[in-house]
Amino acid sequence: MTDPNKKPQEPASRIVTPASSRREFLKSAGLFTGTAALLGGGLELLSRHPGASAESAAPGSPIVQAKRPLGPYDTSEPITPYEQATTYNNYYEFGTDKADPARMAGTLHTRPWTVKIDGEVKKPQTVDIDTLQSWFPLEDRIYRMRCVEGWSMVMPWLGFPLGSLIRRLEPTSKAKYVQFTALLDPKQFPGQRADVLNWPYVEGLRLDEALHPLAFMAVGLNGRILPGQNGAPLRLVVPWKYGFKGIKAIVRITLTAKQPQTTWSLAAPDEYGFYANVNPKVDHPRWSQATERRIGELSRRATLPFNGYAKEVASLYSGMDLRKYF
Amino acid sequence: MALDAGSGALGANPVQRVQLQTGVLTLALLLLSLLCTPLRLVFGWTWPARIRKALGLLAFVYAALHFLVYLFDKGILNSDFGLQTILTDIVKRPFITAGFAALLLLVPLALTSFKGSVKRLGFARWTALHRLVYVAAALGVLHYWWGVKKDHTQPLIYAGVLIVLFAVRWLWKKRKPASTGKKRPVGGV
Repeated sequence: MTDPNKKPQEPASRIVTPASSRREFLKSAGLFTGTAALLGGGLELLSRHPGASAESAAPGSPIVQAKRPLGPYDTSEPITPYEQATTYNNYYEFGTDKADPARMAGTLHTRPWTVKIDGEVKKPQTVDIDTLQSWFPLEDRIYRMRCVEGWSMVMPWLGFPLGSLIRRLEPTSKAKYVQFTALLDPKQFPGQRADVLNWPYVEGLRLDEALHPLAFMAVGLNGRILPGQNGAPLRLVVPWKYGFKGIKAIVRITLTAKQPQTTWSLAAPDEYGFYANVNPKVDHPRWSQATERRIGELSRRATLPFNGYAKEVASLYSGMDLRKYF
Repeated sequence: MALDAGSGALGANPVQRVQLQTGVLTLALLLLSLLCTPLRLVFGWTWPARIRKALGLLAFVYAALHFLVYLFDKGILNSDFGLQTILTDIVKRPFITAGFAALLLLVPLALTSFKGSVKRLGFARWTALHRLVYVAAALGVLHYWWGVKKDHTQPLIYAGVLIVLFAVRWLWKKRKPASTGKKRPVGGV
């Protein structure tokens, strides 16, 4: 793209000799290379956005570190390094960049912390997180996690089955769904100062999904207390669904008769459904869900139906059109 | 980027990071190349026009890199995914279609960026051809917009800048006949 102003005059005004054209050429080549290098380098530096540093992934204090044989639901696939699992997070309450949560998690205070339990239960109550945690023996669960964006990890969670909690709360006969609500506090969650999503974050499950033995409440990761960026002090883990179902920093659990209005399905109903089961055959409108990248690998792998948990959970959806109930 | 790759600072998903960064750089460079003419119109500066070609070509280089990363990511070398996936992507997903179209539009511009090209094509035709950059830039911004999951701040900034740049050109074009008229008619690029 040469300057059109100058161009029409050139043939007449310039007597081309080999020497002058070589000089011209060198001059313009030099100008081009110099500009390219300067601009490329400068812009590159400006737009650089390095990931969170290792120190922001400082390990939490250990809860238990006991080695135990793999359970029936554990995967034996290699675990995603703790450093990556704690610095590459989607947690819009802290910011929309993947490195924001690790950087900002210090603003969240997870003690004291209470969880309100209400709705269609015989024992509504507000319970302290440490008390709630002490109700159940903590278990390790090594699960695959698949994000709706097309990446995946293998996460060694520590916690207790959601079903144990639900049964302890004694649902009434009207209870059909479980609704989870995350903390709303823009002082602790800087991302909530922007209305990227409807705050607080709300998620939900059908009651039979919640009672499934795979559905899990995590309070730890890699045998350590859950880091803030991964959902401390209490988060939901539903390994056969996309990661956004796994609501973090839960402050309220409500059993309901009606299907809850969940945050992402409200934000973009055509893109994110209530069920959000991992399904390689149902594409996101803007990208395919057929493949995924396991964090730490360069190439993609095929995505498995229900994220590889089809044998365990497919029966929950028999008779449902999963293209409609995506 | 190379520095970051060496130090591991590209994060947990380096392919995605490089993909995003080459895309953003393409757009930034395209907008900078489109800034040259408004700078001349408004402030009478001529120096930006001299680096305009470099900016445009560099934008093309980054766009090509961006596309190569996409091909690699879709497993062009892997028979399981490969070419079929890419063709489906381009046809089926407006987000990819827009990006691919923008890249295609930049190809003839890059090919005719040699000095002789203007002479060979004739100034009028060359100028007309290079007006394609407007379409390419708009498609690029649209591509970025559609590619973002929720937070549209960044694409919005690019869209805003592009609209301002277009507006300046449009206003000057409108104003020109009314004002002095001594200015030679110039190509819009």
